[in-house]
Amino acid sequence: MSERDEIISSNVVTMHMGPQHPSTHGVLHLVLDLDGEKIVRAVPDIGYLHRGTEKIAENLLYHQFVPYTDRLDYMAAMSNNLAYVQAVEKLMDMEIPERAKYIRVISAELSRIAAHLLAVGAWALDLGAMSILLYAMREREIILDIFEMLCGSRMTLSYLRVGGARYDFTPQCKDATLKFLDILPDRLEEYETILTGNRVWIKRNKGVGVISADDAIALGLTGPALRASGVRWDIRKDEPYLVYDRFEFDVPTGANGDCFDRYAVRMEDIRQSARIIRQAVNELPDGPFAVDDPHVVPPPKPDVYKNMESLVHHFKYVSHGFKVPKGEVYSSIESPKGELGVYIVSDGGERPYRLKIRAPSFMNLQTINHLATGRYLSDVIAIISSLDPVFGECDK
Amino acid sequence: MNDKESVLIKKIKDTFGDDVIDTTVFRGEVTHLVKISSLTSILNFVKTDPSVRMNCLVDVVGVDYMGEAKRFEVVYHLYSIQKKHRLRIKVRVGEGETVPSVAYIWAGADWPEREIFDMYGIVFDGHPNLKRIYMAEDWEGHPLRKDYPLRGFKDQLNPFGVDKETE
Repeated sequence: MSERDEIISSNVVTMHMGPQHPSTHGVLHLVLDLDGEKIVRAVPDIGYLHRGTEKIAENLLYHQFVPYTDRLDYMAAMSNNLAYVQAVEKLMDMEIPERAKYIRVISAELSRIAAHLLAVGAWALDLGAMSILLYAMREREIILDIFEMLCGSRMTLSYLRVGGARYDFTPQCKDATLKFLDILPDRLEEYETILTGNRVWIKRNKGVGVISADDAIALGLTGPALRASGVRWDIRKDEPYLVYDRFEFDVPTGANGDCFDRYAVRMEDIRQSARIIRQAVNELPDGPFAVDDPHVVPPPKPDVYKNMESLVHHFKYVSHGFKVPKGEVYSSIESPKGELGVYIVSDGGERPYRLKIRAPSFMNLQTINHLATGRYLSDVIAIISSLDPVFGECDK
Repeated sequence: MNDKESVLIKKIKDTFGDDVIDTTVFRGEVTHLVKISSLTSILNFVKTDPSVRMNCLVDVVGVDYMGEAKRFEVVYHLYSIQKKHRLRIKVRVGEGETVPSVAYIWAGADWPEREIFDMYGIVFDGHPNLKRIYMAEDWEGHPLRKDYPLRGFKDQLNPFGVDKETE
């Protein structure tokens, strides 16, 4: 059969969606086999943003890799910082000060709220409710302002460093955070008024992209998307890192495992994060915000300009880095997208021998074929948004 | 040795005996180095055994130990949602050897195994769709191998790469 006859004899049409498509959240390229408007098969083709982060990591000092982690999931840079520095600290068997732990909890949860706001905003935009994106951006802006106050940067933060944090959590930051927490519930109410009862929103999300708990676990789905299928698994609760075991918060779950549940879980996640932040800010202990170990922690920047010892210290830190014991560790956190793990193999030197990032977006994206098969083309948009992939992280 | 370790170490060692080459505990993480021939039976066992129950395959990782007798290592990170414990299973793979794919045990192994194939060139036997995932399909070489230069090889599109002849 000639190629032309083959095309005519088959009902299935192959369509390429992306990599330049406004609702693929970056550079996702989906190859969709369509029978009419029904999806027969959805094959994601990724790698358009592959920068070889892991190869780069093998050639960098441990502290030099922190800025690269900002560029993985650039919607929640704090979570990436945290996952990485926590793995290095685990390898070094280092205990960080109490205050640093609280600061980390606050900043990680703030970035979770920012990430979820953008996820819901972009999702609503894709489905035609543009106002939500503008509202979500407005609230996200407040968080970015807090980050700017905290470390001078808004998106690529590099705030959490091995041994603690780079700067202190100042009283101004505390005030700004509390102020944000005061206005947040009303704003969330506003979103829910527009979305949760909205007929279009329900029609396009309820019963779309259903995945059962067993299938989700087998395919490696994690985070809010897995919890929407009814699996109560949150690393913050089940393997508490930092000081999450001291805070009261619930782990929201869904029942149907559809897009609407994934939306509902994210909205509730934001509320629970706000709860954690309020407790952490109020209980924030005094003390140092980084360990007292000159090998690992650089001197405060203003001192470097004025003080000879600090200059030498700074030079030693920047040019030599620090040695990390031989061994291998895997450490994971609950990032906004799911389980973000870092596996480091150390040969005892200043550079990781092998660094592997277990990116939640990468694993979550595997489920797309399962979610989309049998649905209509327009549902694919909702399904992609409900998984909330970020390609900085997925493609590494 | 607490409860968790006795399950993760003793039970697996008792069941598989000599197939477990080495067992280490570092920073509270249990690692078993196992023989390639018994990899799938061990993974099947840890998934189905009621006291181990590793229902979640977290990640599959490749590591290149260039210069050692068996060059590569494939690492399986497992987690049990019910029992809340983690386990690491490793196999050593020589150049040219293949590893049985575990995609039929955990469907989620599909992409990580493709990533390892892409980055290290390790072939997974029985994988449903083994092709490159990040790099272009006509890419030459496997970037995460230790003998692959950081800047890549010099060609028309990469003037800053390393010359292939002088490597």
